[in-house]
Amino acid sequence: MTTLKSTTQRLRARAKTVAIEATLAEVFSDHTSDGASIAFAAAHLNAGGKPVLWVQDRLSRKETGRPYLAGLPNAMQLIHVDVSNARDLLWAMEEGLRCPELGGVIGEVWGDPAMLDFTATKRLALRSEAHNVPAWLIRHAGHPNLSAARLRWRVGSLPAMNNPYDAHAPGQPLWRAELFRARWRTPGEWVVHHDRDGLHFDHGIDRQTAPLQREAL
Amino acid sequence: MTLKDTLPVLAFPHPAKPRKHADPDQLAKAIAALRGALESETRRATADTPAQEEATPESFSPVGTPPTAPYKVNAAPLTRVEDTRTDALTRRITAIHLPHFAMERWLRWSTQHSQRPPEDLPLVLATEGTHGPIVYASNRAAEVEGVHIGARIVDMRALCPNLRIEYADVGGDQAALARLMLWMRRWCPWTATDGAAGLVLDTTGCDHLFGGEAAMLRDMEERLAGLGLSANLATAPTHGAAWALSHMGGVREICTAANLIPRMNALPVRSLRLDGGTIQLLHRLGLKTVGDLIAVPRISLARRFSRAALAQNPLIRLDQILGQLAEPISASEEPPRFSVQANLPEAVQDPTAHLPALCEALCAQMAKSGFGTRRICVTVFRTDGEVREISVATAQASRDADHLLKLFDDKLEKIDPGFGFDLITLAATVIEKLNLHQSRLDGEGETGAALAQMIDRLSARLGAKTITRPRSHPSHIPERAEIWATALHAPAPIKSPAIKRPIKLFDHPEEVRVLYAVPEGPPAQFVWRKITHRVVRFEGPERIAPEWWRDMPGTRLRDYYNVESQTARRFWLYREGVLGDARGNTPRWFVHGVFA
Repeated sequence: MTTLKSTTQRLRARAKTVAIEATLAEVFSDHTSDGASIAFAAAHLNAGGKPVLWVQDRLSRKETGRPYLAGLPNAMQLIHVDVSNARDLLWAMEEGLRCPELGGVIGEVWGDPAMLDFTATKRLALRSEAHNVPAWLIRHAGHPNLSAARLRWRVGSLPAMNNPYDAHAPGQPLWRAELFRARWRTPGEWVVHHDRDGLHFDHGIDRQTAPLQREAL
Repeated sequence: MTLKDTLPVLAFPHPAKPRKHADPDQLAKAIAALRGALESETRRATADTPAQEEATPESFSPVGTPPTAPYKVNAAPLTRVEDTRTDALTRRITAIHLPHFAMERWLRWSTQHSQRPPEDLPLVLATEGTHGPIVYASNRAAEVEGVHIGARIVDMRALCPNLRIEYADVGGDQAALARLMLWMRRWCPWTATDGAAGLVLDTTGCDHLFGGEAAMLRDMEERLAGLGLSANLATAPTHGAAWALSHMGGVREICTAANLIPRMNALPVRSLRLDGGTIQLLHRLGLKTVGDLIAVPRISLARRFSRAALAQNPLIRLDQILGQLAEPISASEEPPRFSVQANLPEAVQDPTAHLPALCEALCAQMAKSGFGTRRICVTVFRTDGEVREISVATAQASRDADHLLKLFDDKLEKIDPGFGFDLITLAATVIEKLNLHQSRLDGEGETGAALAQMIDRLSARLGAKTITRPRSHPSHIPERAEIWATALHAPAPIKSPAIKRPIKLFDHPEEVRVLYAVPEGPPAQFVWRKITHRVVRFEGPERIAPEWWRDMPGTRLRDYYNVESQTARRFWLYREGVLGDARGNTPRWFVHGVFA
């Protein structure tokens, strides 16, 4: 006798066979001036010498600043695009996703613009998967409304690790990353840090198996 | 440059053009004329400067600075006396004299504003002279009354009491003439203004496209009349002769090299472009015509006018008019080497439908010569005598017609068509050598091409200034260490410092209110954007001194702190100055960036 499977279970089963390398992910954060969400997305882009297209709308640039290359991980090559509204931002991101010579596309949006609906995000996701260019949408001051992003993260800062050389100084930064919606993975919550070897997800909590621990955290 | 490169671009006959094909005889004649002119000039140049020829590479010119090389056809030194006359006379120069340009422009303006005065009212345009206003232009009725240009307004008012006086717009006239000069490029690529009310065109080899010189001149006159401008035109082998015939010759006079001297002999000395004093002097000497002047022995003229300025020296002017001294037309920019045009049977408002064929033709031209373009320019020639253009740039030399066409996608709406245009030109204004290459055997994934095309598309739509790449700059000040340069330029290698730096930097540091234990120490608490942050851990200070060679005197140093707040967010703060540095009051604090 075969058991009936839900769509989610089917998709997760498919994820084990099909390796989706690049897709659209969204990152939310509780504080707009938190650098964790940017750093988390940038750390994911293992561009391998390819340039990264970084699109910012005007409010994001004014409120959260411009990317500073000296602080970005592993000598990322940047092409920065400065747009004034969400329409141009989505268009620039789609143009970038069509170019396979890019190592990734990061878009920073402020708030919940009406342009950024399910259709727009679905277009981004399909483009990203078709051309194998990862896309990261950073939603400053945004709400997790309807979206076709395959992965949706909520990222915040945690107190940094101790600095081995200075007891008063913050050391290696730590982030709390919560994957609250995922298409091919199990949602969960982790303590993340990034070093030369890459991203490390520690203290993982699977929300479906352990809902109580999550509330306790 | 090779001989071919200096060749002015011929007007490209579009396949769908309504006019009939050029007469093969005329075409052959034109080609012969062009070749003769070029050969003579090259020969003269090699005689002048034998070693200078190979110096200029033909390929590179950076984006944003179209080649500003001056007209390189061998401006021979003015003291040349050797006989190169037969060679120089192969060029065809057309001079256009607009005798009533200022008045006609004013009348057109007044007609547009429904203020046109009646024809029989004497009217002058006045401008400021040394002793009060003087007449700058006058209409026919005023001329009949005896008003003449250059006279004082008060005198003319005494002569003609009902004279109406308007103020002339001299600067506006010059600007209008410069725009008209661009519009004249529909006939030939090499045009320049000539004095306050004249234009000069190098029509060598262009006339066959319009059915011969007589037909071309008639066409020019008709179109200028359509703009409300009366014009006197003449074509001659030299600039001086064309000027003289346009001012003092017959209607649309055409002078060939063979009858240049007989025709010039009959003209008065005024046709030599001399000032009033010199002409008066020549008259006193009994020299009334150019023929008289030619008859005088050279040595006597040279001795008599040895102290005259070059432009006022009759001998120099005589040599120029007869082609013994080169007088190139100094156009403001070099005509593009690759250019195609579409002649439309009637005026249209939208160039979109014609661009694909033009792009194809331009790319085919460039492919034939092994060039690619970095900047192309669409020019529309409007029926009201104006020219509008739109240009797009590329990050990498390209001759991909589809790609170039796509760059114009949203731009063509911004072109102002006026009442329509009947000629579209597409020109590659900046070109680079582009050889065919294949980086992979399977022929796909040409490195860099897709990226460059993406940058082109973004720049074309969002503006080249918004697409930037960071570039290292030797400076310790954080915001100066990385500058953003437009991505259309080639990327520069970037060096990152080994010191810990924030991931985001604010364009303008934001001032915060700070509590501290000691003024020279770290902050204990600060208020930024109305939120109070308590400092839990800090690192610093890192002192960055001002750059005395660049900053204003009195600029204070900065002490940077990397702090972590109670909400686990990490900021980059700095204190501007220290207490007691004699450069101001209590130091202020700023948030400059955000750490990961």
